[in-house]
Amino acid sequence: MSEIKIALRMTIVTLVLTGLVYPLATTALAQVMFPRGAGGSLVHGGDGRVVGSELIGQPFASPRYFQPRPSAAGSGYDASASSGSNLGPTSKKLRDRIVADVERLRKENPQAAGPIPSDLVTASASGLDPHLSPAAALWQVPRVAAARGASADEVRGLVESRIEPRFLGFLGEPTVNVLLLNLDLDRRFGRRMAAD
Amino acid sequence: MTANGWIQILFFFGAIALCAKPLGVFLHRVMEGERHFLAGPLGWLERLVYRLGGVSGEEQSWRAYAGGMLAFSAFTLLVTYLIQRLQHVLPFNPQGLGAVEAGSAFNTAASFTTNTNWQGYVGEATMSYLSQMAGLAWHNFISAAAGIAIATALARGLTRKGDGSRWGTIGNFWVDLTRATVYVLLPLCLVIALLFVSQGMIQNLAPYQEVATLEGGKQVIAMGPVASQEAIKQLGTNGGGFFNANAAHPFENPNALTNFLSMFLIFLIPGALTCTFGRMAKDPKQGWALFGAMSLLFLVGAGVTYWAEADGNPILAGLPVSQPIGNMEGKESRFGVANSALYATVTTDASCGAVNSMHDSFTPLGGLVPLFNIQLGEVVFGGVGAGLYGILVMAILSVFIAGLMVGRTPEYLGKKIETREVKLAMLYALVFPLVILAFTAWASVAPYGLSSRNNEGPHGLSEILYAFTSATGNNGSAFAGISANTPFYNTALGLAMLMGRFWMIVPVLAIAGALSGKKAAPPGLGTLPTGGPLFVVLLIGVTVIVGALTFFPALALGPIVEHFLAQAGKVL
Repeated sequence: MSEIKIALRMTIVTLVLTGLVYPLATTALAQVMFPRGAGGSLVHGGDGRVVGSELIGQPFASPRYFQPRPSAAGSGYDASASSGSNLGPTSKKLRDRIVADVERLRKENPQAAGPIPSDLVTASASGLDPHLSPAAALWQVPRVAAARGASADEVRGLVESRIEPRFLGFLGEPTVNVLLLNLDLDRRFGRRMAAD
Repeated sequence: MTANGWIQILFFFGAIALCAKPLGVFLHRVMEGERHFLAGPLGWLERLVYRLGGVSGEEQSWRAYAGGMLAFSAFTLLVTYLIQRLQHVLPFNPQGLGAVEAGSAFNTAASFTTNTNWQGYVGEATMSYLSQMAGLAWHNFISAAAGIAIATALARGLTRKGDGSRWGTIGNFWVDLTRATVYVLLPLCLVIALLFVSQGMIQNLAPYQEVATLEGGKQVIAMGPVASQEAIKQLGTNGGGFFNANAAHPFENPNALTNFLSMFLIFLIPGALTCTFGRMAKDPKQGWALFGAMSLLFLVGAGVTYWAEADGNPILAGLPVSQPIGNMEGKESRFGVANSALYATVTTDASCGAVNSMHDSFTPLGGLVPLFNIQLGEVVFGGVGAGLYGILVMAILSVFIAGLMVGRTPEYLGKKIETREVKLAMLYALVFPLVILAFTAWASVAPYGLSSRNNEGPHGLSEILYAFTSATGNNGSAFAGISANTPFYNTALGLAMLMGRFWMIVPVLAIAGALSGKKAAPPGLGTLPTGGPLFVVLLIGVTVIVGALTFFPALALGPIVEHFLAQAGKVL
């Protein structure tokens, strides 16, 4: 048989085997074996409805919630348009954005101790980073405690119980999941303040 | 830099070194048709593919081998183009996405056919699940299998006992392609994909999820068959992400374990193939010498990138911001600087191009290393197969240069390296910078080239240089700020990918054919030993000089100038 004919037939054979049979079989197995992970690790709120995914960051603007990192995904945490800022280390746009964020954070967090942890003013690679560094979460504790009328120690305790250590003690970085932490806040202090 | 960061880097390297021999031996058995443990359970599938494909499996000359490979590539490119253009009327499109625009569809088809996996498009907003599975992930398998096939063919040419004929045979392309797919890529991917799902990587065919967030806003969460694609994307050093943010997206890389496995898979087969080569040469030291040269280049690159990124972003100087965890713009919290720097080094040493952080936002020197790695020709472990044949061409040039120094006919594994082989090797070495620098120069003066930049000044030049380096090197990573989904970039980058793949593979196969027929002579007193440290040093020297000298002027105008600007606190 000529090489051209074999090439044509092998195109179809490999397409069916690796382009259809493999992914569809994987999907079927994954749905049976790990339905939660396969479906996006969705999280339910106090009333039972889905409030998001454990793995996908979402925007928080209220002082009563811990705020995530800046996001360049769409208009911010658009989970169907993942993206980083792609601004380089000599970009004026980046410098201006950071300066504006620093001013805002200073104003919103008058009691915060020490300089701002850098992850609070840098956009993540995906724009959907669900985490903060423990330092960046702890830095926001005075604001959240004041807005909730709670003691700083109590809020700090919630943050500390949400710190996920490195995998096996050395892989990756310690993190705090912002959505899960904020759900903890609502569970402990109630979802709405009387003033809302 | 922290001790923990270095432990992660060394742990990763240790895992690769440990797996090189067992997998290398297995690959040798598979590719040469010897007995192995999967021949029983999966032999029926190999035979079925031959029957359906009409493959008889006789030995081929390099011309027939290359012809089959080129015809196959042409057909598969066309099919992927058509799937994208027709995705709106094909199944598995729950979002009802429209047909992919023609220029972007050509660019993407060329990109995945050549194992580049450059993404000019935004995955979650452009590609239906069918386009992702059958259009793109399919190519992840076959372009990787073709890479293994071609590397095996070159290794055969170098190690076979020739009969003294002008051109010898080098194996059968279809058999090589099938064995690599059926026994290596498919079974490993199935296991890895399920492991990935267990960690939170998604795998479904559902429409995008709309949720009301805790603050009452609306969030639409993209879904899809991600894990199956992610497994082969890493194992086949393809790198094309399901989502725009690639392996930085939490659904594509949820935690530190999946991140480690991703990097491990990228280097797994390229590391093992050096050992396969040693077995084919019946002298394991020949393989370890290649492994040693690659390891040194890898560790230096990883160290420099980590150092540059751990130092933090110079743009924050003077602001009330602390950055003990390094430059975090464009990086994910769960990976941090050490894993981002390591990933960037691994993905560009190999021809993978997957990213877990945005190289565009690296510090100037941190971004220089990925660019430089691709410009070395991706021979530091390199692409699946492509790394081995790339470093073997460098090895041929090294023995030639050593031969010139002492005035003796060079030989490699006992085979004389003569005019024909050196010409072909130089063709391979020269196509690469020619394509990159010519296109970069063009784009840097044309208004339609310059308007796509996301950053000003030298960083803008780096974006253009990185794009053409990545395309020609079939890497696929990017300084992703560049808006490459334009008629000019779709066409120019598409052509650069095709040239960077096929203009380099054809000379490689010709070298294989030319060497295959040659009789091997036993080593004499004057033979340069190619299995020892002296050769490792020589090989590194030739690789760096061929890479660095050609690209140094371009690098000086891009990242190097930017480094000094950043240190001086300038913004543009």
